[in-house]
Amino acid sequence: MRNAFAAELKELATMDERIVLLSGDIGNRLFDNFKRECPGRFFNCGVAEANMTGVAAGMAMCGLRPITYTITTFNTYRCLEQIRLDVCYHNLPVTIVGVGAGLSYAGLGATHQSLEDITMLRMLPNMTVICPGDAVEVRLALRAVVKQEGPVYIRLGKKNEPVINKQEPLFEIGKGIIIHEGSDVCILSTGNMLPVAGDAALNLQRQGVSARVVSMHTVKPLDADLLKDVFANFKIIATVEEHSLQGGFGGSIAEWTVDHQPLKGRLCRIGIADKFLHGCGDQENARDTTGLTSNQISEKILAVMNQPV
Amino acid sequence: MNKITAMNNKFYELESTARHIRGKIIEMSHKSGAAHLGSSLSCVDILVALYWNVLSINPDNPSDPDRDRFILSKGHAASALFATLAFKGFFPVNVLDTFAMPGSRLEEHPGPNCISGVEAATGSLGHGLPLGIGMALSGRIQKQAYRIFALLSDGECNEGSVWEAAMFAAGQHLDNVLTIIDFNKWQATGRSCEVMAHEPLKEKWKSFGWSAYEIDGHNMSELVDALNNFPDGSGRPVAVIAHTVKGKGVSFMEDDNNWHYRIPDEQEVINAKKELGLL
Repeated sequence: MRNAFAAELKELATMDERIVLLSGDIGNRLFDNFKRECPGRFFNCGVAEANMTGVAAGMAMCGLRPITYTITTFNTYRCLEQIRLDVCYHNLPVTIVGVGAGLSYAGLGATHQSLEDITMLRMLPNMTVICPGDAVEVRLALRAVVKQEGPVYIRLGKKNEPVINKQEPLFEIGKGIIIHEGSDVCILSTGNMLPVAGDAALNLQRQGVSARVVSMHTVKPLDADLLKDVFANFKIIATVEEHSLQGGFGGSIAEWTVDHQPLKGRLCRIGIADKFLHGCGDQENARDTTGLTSNQISEKILAVMNQPV
Repeated sequence: MNKITAMNNKFYELESTARHIRGKIIEMSHKSGAAHLGSSLSCVDILVALYWNVLSINPDNPSDPDRDRFILSKGHAASALFATLAFKGFFPVNVLDTFAMPGSRLEEHPGPNCISGVEAATGSLGHGLPLGIGMALSGRIQKQAYRIFALLSDGECNEGSVWEAAMFAAGQHLDNVLTIIDFNKWQATGRSCEVMAHEPLKEKWKSFGWSAYEIDGHNMSELVDALNNFPDGSGRPVAVIAHTVKGKGVSFMEDDNNWHYRIPDEQEVINAKKELGLL
């Protein structure tokens, strides 16, 4: 996702002179092409995310389309008030990009694990929250974002994740993408869990359970049409996220379901418990520890299916 | 009229405007019950010098892309900013009567696009300078010659984001940014230099790569000279440390930090306006 972001941003910036990139002292060499082709529009803002966010807002007040980029935890938690006031309160077209979201950098410890960012960002008025499922969605999301007014948060994984969208899908902010069809269970996946969600659906298929997989790349605003449809037509709707269950993507769906009772479908939220991780190893190990492997996900869904209503 | 008399008259007019603005914001505090009167009074002379003698702005064209930008980073002095803008002609003076009232566009801290002339919403400290630096960089990118002025309080310099911004502006060689510190020696609950080791403030800004000047923030002549000497030719951003008195202009409010939160009663408004020569 990271490389797709850098490549697409360079393409867009060569066509739109308002695009400015602010980095929090990361992305060494990643933005060489951007710097070469868009001179004067790349700023290494140092290890100072609060200032970087305010600077981006000031630029947007003067008509530019700034994008701030650094590791997810630092570009969200560290400068949350600047995002809230400088960006969201003024409703400015600033795009906050967090790289290494969720457990991407699990081995670096809790300082670099972003398991609460969706919760924090989606609660801010005016904010749009996008968690692309693969590199294709990253590119399409960026193209959509530069046409949009207002604040956006884009939550990226790392590099070399599997590409799930084999063809370029129709991409619209706030509209989920159906990756493959199914009829019993609907798996709503957000962000970098998309490949795992697809594997979990294959597991279910082997057990005789038909599962639809949707990439819910936009957590805010939610795709209300899609939710109405799936909660009317599926027995189980499972949300999957590499994020805490406290208020994240599944939390937002839980809120939606409470506000739209009665519903036929049952909600099953799959995500990470409310605790810091210790000694969890790399992303693969950390997913295993937190119940986010494809096998664990399909088993949990089957268990919910077998529970009496 | 010889030259010196003309100059003195110029400053007399600015000082008179400042006295009227002080009277107005005391009324506004009394009427609305809004706090931060001492903080508002300490920066009135700075605002008058800026709006009447320094900023390239036009109240009839407040969104001119080439205008100078002023950001009240110490947003709790909103009443001083609003009164200044009204007296300068950005909006009718009677709008000030709605200050901090339900439904008013004039809240106790300035909101985004709340009224003509307000560049940014502020109220949480440490935000104005980064915003200003973003505007200054935009000017550079878009090849516009406007200048940025940000007014900070000394208490605000507690915030780390101020110093992040200071380092970044110097690193970017932004000579179109000027920061004024309203150094009234108080923050909400104590002497600013006792709460945090602010001093030597001028040397701090210098060591962060800025040109730094120290002036009497109530002396119109010094204010006009310092704020007009910008860019100062050094290639660096400029910090003006303006020594001020909290509650300036009213003897029973001056340097008394109770007026950070106290609201003047009717008699105190009368006494204050008498001292200001307004009654």
